[in-house]
Amino acid sequence: MKKKLGVLMLALIMVVVSVVGCSSGSTSKTNAVTKVGFLYVGPADDGGWSQVHDQGRAKMVEHFNGKVETVVKENVAEEKSAVVSTVRDMVDQGCTIIFGTSYGFMDGMVEAAKEFPDVKFEHCSGYMTSDNLGTYFGRIEEPRYLSGIVAGLTTKTNKIAYIAAMPIPECVRGINAFALGVKSVNPTATVNVSWTNTWYDPTVEKAAAEALIQQGCDVTAQHQDSTAVMEAAKEAGKLSIGYDLSAATTMSEVYMTAPLWDFSGYYTERVQAVIDGTWKSDTYWGGMNDGIVSLDTITKLAPGSAQAQVDTATAAIKAGTLNVFAGEIKDQTGTVRVNAGTVLTDEAELSMDWFVDNVVGSVN
Amino acid sequence: MEFIFFLSAAVKAGTCLLYATLGEIISEKVGHLNLGVEGMMQMGAVIGFIAGFTFGNPFAAVLCAALAGAAGALIYALLTVSFKANQTVTGLTLSIFGVGFAAFFGKTFVGKKVPEAITTFFQPIKLPFLGDIPFIGDIFFNQSVYVYFSYILVIAIYLYLYKTKWGLNTRMIGENPVAADASGIPVDKYKYFNIVLCGALCGLGGAFLSLVYISVYPVNVVSGRGWIAVCLVIFAMWNPGKAMLGAYFFGALDIASFWLQKYNLPVSIYLFTALPYLATVFVLLFTSMRKINNKKEPAWLGKNYFKEDR
Repeated sequence: MKKKLGVLMLALIMVVVSVVGCSSGSTSKTNAVTKVGFLYVGPADDGGWSQVHDQGRAKMVEHFNGKVETVVKENVAEEKSAVVSTVRDMVDQGCTIIFGTSYGFMDGMVEAAKEFPDVKFEHCSGYMTSDNLGTYFGRIEEPRYLSGIVAGLTTKTNKIAYIAAMPIPECVRGINAFALGVKSVNPTATVNVSWTNTWYDPTVEKAAAEALIQQGCDVTAQHQDSTAVMEAAKEAGKLSIGYDLSAATTMSEVYMTAPLWDFSGYYTERVQAVIDGTWKSDTYWGGMNDGIVSLDTITKLAPGSAQAQVDTATAAIKAGTLNVFAGEIKDQTGTVRVNAGTVLTDEAELSMDWFVDNVVGSVN
Repeated sequence: MEFIFFLSAAVKAGTCLLYATLGEIISEKVGHLNLGVEGMMQMGAVIGFIAGFTFGNPFAAVLCAALAGAAGALIYALLTVSFKANQTVTGLTLSIFGVGFAAFFGKTFVGKKVPEAITTFFQPIKLPFLGDIPFIGDIFFNQSVYVYFSYILVIAIYLYLYKTKWGLNTRMIGENPVAADASGIPVDKYKYFNIVLCGALCGLGGAFLSLVYISVYPVNVVSGRGWIAVCLVIFAMWNPGKAMLGAYFFGALDIASFWLQKYNLPVSIYLFTALPYLATVFVLLFTSMRKINNKKEPAWLGKNYFKEDR
């Protein structure tokens, strides 16, 4: 009896903690408002990917000034059943459009879209679409290229560290864009890649950065969601390029700039379309012109010439005269991957599995 | 030079494992398999950080981390020693609980920095004389005081287990609580003491990550290292000295892939993350084949002792 009581007590404590921990969603009973659902893969304040989406969500809600309410679910597992049951819950609460913000939600989003044909679905970074399921993503490679310019001008050892999560096209594309940016201002510098096989594990990220710094890199860049890489740079007295969110205040000793996301414009536009009844399934892949991606303000730690060079490149990208993946581009083996005078197709960008010639490391 | 730096980084990476492994050894020696290591480390990491952030004092931070881990272990001890609940299930529950505990209480602290006073206190300090020994000095004696404290702990726990009466009693309970009880040893008291001490050490291991290794608080800083520590106990064959070697070996494996990537070896990096577990399987095989009694797990490991059944 005592034993059962003890187990029961522990179970109760856990239930209370998890309920309290998950209760950040907001609901309301009035019908005049449009309800929007958001699924996050991590906590809304993870300092990275989910936080970026949550900031976009918050701005969107502010824009509609009471006419839109959101239902948020954090830490949704990247499994079909978890996604579908979360969506059901959101539809029950009256959501008419639901955003799934992680690649791994794809199967669940497809299934849920079939189950609720009257609800609109949007999936970030996926490739599956249907009549009521659209996809959206941004060309983060554009600001990545710009951050490469800053790194290329900064490095004195001509070795730049790049800590990246997974050897998948999204990361490879970012590395290549960055390396091309470096090359545009500093043809002799190399980008040294280290894979961590995790999106978020600060200790692993830091260890990876320490190793590359010890091997002579004096600037770090990252495709990771924590600030651990910048910490390693700080301890070694080096400089850093961040990712996702500005670290200008938290990592002021090393932070030069970062490629940033801003989903608020897109979320506002799509929710407006639902309100107006004009929403249609689409595959959106916006660039710097739309404001969905941008380069953060360059801090005074960056070399003086960086601002002007980045401004020139930014203007060229926005005007359409500079394409990040314009030929001629050679890979590590010297094979020409993009011919002079042509640009890489979207399909080739989405399946990229090779590094440009100034990258040290391998895609595996 | 680069190799020395690698080894020194391996010691650093292995230190959190060492604390937790030493704790788990003590707990298993008294016959209690506590799979809650991950949870207790998480509790120590988050409470250690919060205390450090609030008080700005390294001693307060470390003390609170140890207390948090001990509190987690106390729940486990209450359920398994007093209420005789299943050890495996209780331990797993504690792990899940600890992760939730850390997520809940750490939520508002994500992205906050460890105060300057603490970072300075835990900065690597080169020891006089010892630090001047070539190779060894750079690897072992140019570290944080947190690391030095773990060296002392290894010796202290070895002495406790093998050179004191209390250690003898502890080991006896793990091997045969019936006989221990019959000879007048207060079995439950010993169990409580060892289990709670295990929790405190796990808490310290977790706090090493949030206070020393990383200086900005992140979500889920422990991320599975508690499970490696559980493996490490078997790998070390319940011996504190071997636990030290094992911890640094596992620490080295943890970071090896980043140092080897530049050589472009035709080996998948996933292999390195799997190696600690693979090595543990081999040690298990090896010890069970050789049937070495003093290198096997305590006979009553995982089994609860019912006085009434005696």
